[in-house]
Amino acid sequence: MSGRHLAKQQPENFEFNADFAALAQKRIAMYPEGKQASAIVPLLWFAQKQHDNWIPEAALRHIGDMLDMAYIRVLEVVTFYTMFNLAPVGRHFVQFCGTTPCWLNGANKIKDACKSVIGEENTITADGEFSWLEVECLGACVNAPMVQINDDYYEDLDEDSFIQLLADLKAGIQTKIGPQTDRTNSAPLGGNTTLIDNTLYDGSMVGGYKSVLKQIEKAEAEAAKAAAAEAKAEVKAEAKAAAKPKAKKVAEPAAESKPKMLKAARRGKADDLKKISGVGPKIEGILQELGVYHFDQIASWDAAQVAWVDAQLKFKGRIDREDWIAQAKKFVEEGDK
Amino acid sequence: MLADKDRIFTNLYGQHDWGLKGALKRGTWDGTVDFMAKGDDWIVNQIKASGLRGRGGAGFPTGLKWSFMPKGTDGRPHYLVVNADESEPGTCKDREIMRHDPHVLIEGCLIASFAMRAHACYIYVRGEFILERERLQAAIDQAYEAGLVGKNACGSGWDFDIYVHHGAGAYICGEETALIESLEGKKGMPRLKPPFPANVGLYGAPSTVNNVESIAVTPTILRRGPAWFSSLGNPNNVGTKLFCISGHVNRPCTVEEEMGVTFRDLIETHCGGVRGGWDNLKCVIPGGSSVPMIPAEQCNDLVMDFDTLRGLGSGLGTAAVIVMDKSTDVIRAIQRLSYFYKHESCGQCTPCREGTGWMWRVMTRMVEGRAEKREIDMLFDVTKQIEGHTICALGDAAAWPIQGLIKHFRHEIEDRIDQYSANPDQAGSMYNVEAAE
Repeated sequence: MSGRHLAKQQPENFEFNADFAALAQKRIAMYPEGKQASAIVPLLWFAQKQHDNWIPEAALRHIGDMLDMAYIRVLEVVTFYTMFNLAPVGRHFVQFCGTTPCWLNGANKIKDACKSVIGEENTITADGEFSWLEVECLGACVNAPMVQINDDYYEDLDEDSFIQLLADLKAGIQTKIGPQTDRTNSAPLGGNTTLIDNTLYDGSMVGGYKSVLKQIEKAEAEAAKAAAAEAKAEVKAEAKAAAKPKAKKVAEPAAESKPKMLKAARRGKADDLKKISGVGPKIEGILQELGVYHFDQIASWDAAQVAWVDAQLKFKGRIDREDWIAQAKKFVEEGDK
Repeated sequence: MLADKDRIFTNLYGQHDWGLKGALKRGTWDGTVDFMAKGDDWIVNQIKASGLRGRGGAGFPTGLKWSFMPKGTDGRPHYLVVNADESEPGTCKDREIMRHDPHVLIEGCLIASFAMRAHACYIYVRGEFILERERLQAAIDQAYEAGLVGKNACGSGWDFDIYVHHGAGAYICGEETALIESLEGKKGMPRLKPPFPANVGLYGAPSTVNNVESIAVTPTILRRGPAWFSSLGNPNNVGTKLFCISGHVNRPCTVEEEMGVTFRDLIETHCGGVRGGWDNLKCVIPGGSSVPMIPAEQCNDLVMDFDTLRGLGSGLGTAAVIVMDKSTDVIRAIQRLSYFYKHESCGQCTPCREGTGWMWRVMTRMVEGRAEKREIDMLFDVTKQIEGHTICALGDAAAWPIQGLIKHFRHEIEDRIDQYSANPDQAGSMYNVEAAE
């Protein structure tokens, strides 16, 4: 967490200009009716854009009124999200990434350059041109080290190219956004190792799905046919079985019956079922969902009920293997004493 | 290794036209309406059959997740929310999709929304990705103009609206319920589950949150068939995956490879190998900062997929591979991650809010060696007390890198402590030198 506070010196008023007001209305329209609060982050962002890259307190009130939100909610949001600058920053606001992937590739030299060229962190240079801030991973790790200056990413920096970049920005010279080396975005330096097959780009990929779809449809039709045949066979077999006496079915252990369940723990206090060996937090959760809260419930299960619970737990045979019934009986007795 | 014809993201590096015309030529938006005509269940079943597992880190089966959305309607709308809040240190893959192949994502949004009976989709892009969200919006405008989205999208009879929303710099908003809170205009603090978003999500309505890459691969899966997708990779770990390789390799890059590619093939084919040669490798974080590291000894035949890495006590995560060579001060590398988690904890749960700061302070002393050896065990113990005791996984994510460090490089921490206690006056200045340089 980071502690963030509003600046001491604040302008009196803030209102969106016509352009941003129109953008704001367009934004609000993106969300369902009554959910206009969703637009708060974009609106705060507009306010920051309009107001020299920082948000004054008056803007919070203005936006709160626009979105029909309590001011304190707006303050909560603006202090939670770290991209909102709550105090003035330099005209070129350098956000330097210091997280491990950048650090591994020499970000500390960039940090040193920030210190030597611009000065202390969060301090605006005398001419108002620069200030810098160390931020957390900006998501351009294969192009490390990198900085974001206002809206733009500058990647694959070294000390020299970074210092040159700052000089160019100050002089108002057009800068190259993205990698500062001969590299195309995130491709490996020196040229692609993939995506060199020209057939990907000549349009020959288009329409290829049709034969695949046909194959799938054919397979589906066959599967449906097979399933229909199987169902037919099953009906036959069942009819045959029905004709015979049902002696075999009785022998099957699958007879299940649902034990009596509780809606909630008695007196709101469930037993600690985890005391039973073989019951962990996960199984306890499942048991409680089923409506089992107490040892005496478990102690009272008969074989059919055990089979039913076993089927719900999907841990075949665990109840018998660990002998939950005996364990639960023991806990019930102990509890009675 | 993957052949070019089997790649899904064919404009990964932005060397071709990102716009609609270029996308159409690369086969995007091809046959979309034919798939929609097969119905929502059919699409979900195709995705299930493909074996696609979520690409955002957890690896949950995507088709299964889609099938959690309620079948009938109780009057509440359904929403698809795309998680483009890519902030896991080391990860920069969704960025490439949004800025260079946005139509792949938009088409995926339409298909996924249709499959989950959602008429609206919000894409939540991290605040810093300004160019990316402008590019995405421009592509969406093109799609609206061409009738691919909007009323009667693609002529399918399905009305579909798609919006780009953005955050403002909070890692925690990558957690699905925090993302929903943020999208509703609140602080991004995770919600307790259950209820799960599929029942009560955005605006209290059934919602599904998917990663950008998970959504963007679905149109190609339908076009090439689930059998094609599941034929790539190893059982239960199939398909293609975007890997972002950063750190100490000769040519860091983002690349699409087959799931289950070996670590060595990955970096030697695409990244020019480890800086200073293979034997100079010290350790690797294979899936973004949240997963424990793997030492070089285990890297020789390391297979990059969900199950193998989990078996080694790590994880594939977002497939952000951070490579460290022998010059790395690995304690400092993890200490910086601890600072990251301290900075990004939302402050809701005490173990995480207090624990991340505590761990960072102890780690900072350990970088200098200004600690006692018994504190290593204490630190490990504290990570165990944070792990699993918080609403969301940020507590776990903060704990795991430190556990990995102690597990594999305890001797280095102890050596550092020995060096400091032998000569406390000079030790400080010794480790001010940036070992990674």
